[in-house]
Parts: sequence; structure tokens; C-alpha cells
Amino acid sequence: MANKTSYFKEFSKGIIKENPVLCLVLGTCPTLAVTTSAFNAIGMGVAATAVLMCSNAVISLLRKVIPDKVRIPAYITIIAGFVTVVQMLVKAFAPAIDESLGIFLPLIVVNCIILGRAEMYASKNPVIPSILDGLGMGVGFTAALLCMGIIRELLGSGSIFGFEVLPIQILIFILPPGGFFVFGILIYLANKLNTRAGKEVVENPCHSCPLSQTCKTSSFAQCKNETTDKEVTADVS
Amino acid sequence: MLVKSLVAVFLAAILTENYVLSKFLGICPFLGVSKKLNTAVGMSVAVTFVMVLSTAVTFPIYTYLLVPYDLEYLQTIVFILIIAGLVQLVEIVLKKYIPSLYESLGVYLPLITTNCAILGVTMLVLQKVQTTTAYEYTFGHALVNALGAGIGFLVAMVMFAGVRTRLESADIPKSLKGLPITLVAASLVALSFLGFSGFVNNLIPFA
Repeated sequence: MANKTSYFKEFSKGIIKENPVLCLVLGTCPTLAVTTSAFNAIGMGVAATAVLMCSNAVISLLRKVIPDKVRIPAYITIIAGFVTVVQMLVKAFAPAIDESLGIFLPLIVVNCIILGRAEMYASKNPVIPSILDGLGMGVGFTAALLCMGIIRELLGSGSIFGFEVLPIQILIFILPPGGFFVFGILIYLANKLNTRAGKEVVENPCHSCPLSQTCKTSSFAQCKNETTDKEVTADVS
Repeated sequence: MLVKSLVAVFLAAILTENYVLSKFLGICPFLGVSKKLNTAVGMSVAVTFVMVLSTAVTFPIYTYLLVPYDLEYLQTIVFILIIAGLVQLVEIVLKKYIPSLYESLGVYLPLITTNCAILGVTMLVLQKVQTTTAYEYTFGHALVNALGAGIGFLVAMVMFAGVRTRLESADIPKSLKGLPITLVAASLVALSFLGFSGFVNNLIPFA
């Protein structure tokens, strides 16, 4: 029983407590780019979740084999392999989604959520928790994208999932500036809820970037502080 | 005709199709390192450099190696590995032969491998080869496009660094501080770039 609850924890943490988009601020590019409609958001979310689960599983299996020095290139190669598989599947079975996601489907390979989970979780944990972690993070990513997609589609084209709901269409919301604006407001709300719950708020997008270790040795003072903070909290937990 | 189309590609890459503000590529560095002007410029120069270099390598490899052997589906893997290898190579070469340049750009290089703007530029240019009908889209156009994309990145970063210095001293609600207000500011900067839409097509028309 104890096992079951901890498995559930691995899965559920990605959805609210450590939501990759709203709390960790990872994967901002697809979050802004593909959320012009709720349908696109789900397509992107599902594709990324599939890649995330598969790559987490494989990386976790190979975690003792991959030498530490070449781990990032190794992870990228594994992720790129799964992205290609997903890309071909989407092209074959859902060409409409392939059309609307366009370049952002292959760009899942550089999505920092996937590399971030590989680096922070899958490389240190056994297979089943890693798969659940991937699934949870993927669901959290999809939920955040869906949230953005619904807001932007509702205000921008007056519909949800293509069904007309509102008589108004504020075009700016499906244009790039609207993406930045809605994302900013959503993070503001997430911050507000977090402060009410007594948790610290997101200040810096480098906060949980998988490459922040690299920054630490470089001259970005802002990243330096962030990573040391993160290490401290990791030690405590 | 050739010069005209090159200028059109260059201007479009900077203004109307700005990779950060209208295509949402490279948002992480745009939000992460735009706090100070000098880091913003350093990052942009490094990005421009790697963009041009990786387009120069991936474009011929795609057209002369992947297409003839029907290997287009390997595009994602091949491109990301080329970019990762190239970044590593540039880092080693700079360290050995031009240490002064390495000092100023070196710190940004490892971050660039997973920058989606680089992979995005090398992939989008191949789509453009197929969709451009007004003139033949050559290797030269691809390079100019990469250079323009890099300069567009620089323009957006420098502008935004200026906006952010002003934000530092602004009095804003506590929960909006940091990332949320930065994103709202980015939205306004993106809005100003919308003003350029159609600009290049009207300036340099192709009959």
C-alpha cells in the first residue's frame, strides 16, 4: 500500500505542485506558440507526454550505463529518436494536427521539460517511478496548455474546440502579443495562489532550467543564486 | 532580382518574421538573459554565429545527403546532433585559437545547443525552399535568412533589455513582480512588432 501512495505522488506532483509550465516555467516556446486553439494545445500536450514517458523510461534504464560526461548528448539522441517516432505517427494518423503544430512538433526535441526531467529525475530513479513522473509532468503540461488554449481561443475567435460560444472576437489574443499576455496573467495567478499557500513564487525562468548547472560556472549572477537555492532545497527534501 | 530577393529575405527575418516575437522561438534566453544589456548582446552574437554556421552545414547535408537517399525522416536527429557537435567544435576552436572571443562568448555556447531558435531556423528554411514560388530559394538565401534571424534576435533582446531596466524601478503589485510583468512587457514589445506586418511585401514587391 505504501508503494501505491508514493507512486501516486510521483504522478500527481507534476500536475499542480510542480506544474512544469506554471510553477517551473519550462517549455515556454510551445506554450506560447501552439495555444492559439484548445485542439492544438491538446495535440501538442499528448505528443510531448508520449515522448516524455518513453524517454524517461529509456534514460532511467540506461542511467548506470551512460557516462556522466556525455550524458546530455546521449539524452538528446534518445529524445530525438522518440520525437521522430511520434512525428511519423502523428503524420500518419493525425495529419491535421501535424499541419497546425508545424515546426513545433520536431522542436519537442529541445523542449526543456523533457531534458529537464531526464536530468533531474530519470537519471537518478528506477523505471516505474520515472515513467509515472513523465506521465504526471506530461499531464501537467497538457493541462496548462489546454488552459491557455481555451482562454486564447475563447477570447480570440469566440469559440471552444471550434464550437462558437461568444459573439465577440478579439483577434489580438490569437496573435503573438496575446500569447505573452495570457501567459503572464496565468503565471501571476499561479504566483498569487502560491503566496496564499505560503510557498515561494517564481521569479526567474532559469530557476529549473536543465542547463542551469552550466550557468553556475559561468558569469550569470542571477542563475548562480537560483541554482544554489535549488540545491539547498533538494538537500532538505 | 537576386539582390532584391536577398534583401527581402533579410528584412523579413528581422522585422516581419522576428523569431522571438512572432514565431516564439528562443523564448528561454529572451526571458532569462535579457536583464542586462551586455549579457543580452553577448548571447545574441553567439546565437547569430551558431545560427549561420549550423545553417551552412545542415542545408547542404539535407539537400545533398538526406533528400537523394530518401532519409528526410531522419531530419530531427541529424540536425540536433549536427548542432550539438558544431557548438562543441566552435567552443574548442575558440578556446584554442581566439581566447579573447572565447572569454566573451564561451559562456553562452553550451546553452545554445538546446535553444529552439537554432533548430527552428535550420528547419524552417527548408520549408521555405518548398513554399517560396516568386524566386528560387538558394543556399545564399538560407544563409541570409539565418543572419537576419540572428540580428532579429539581437534587436529583440536589446530592445527588451532596455524595457526591463525601466521595469526594475517601476512600482508594481507583489505577485506581478518578476516573470509575470516581464511577460506582459514582452506582449507590448511583440505588439509593436506587429506593426511591421506586410511591410516587406509592400516595400519589395515580387510581381
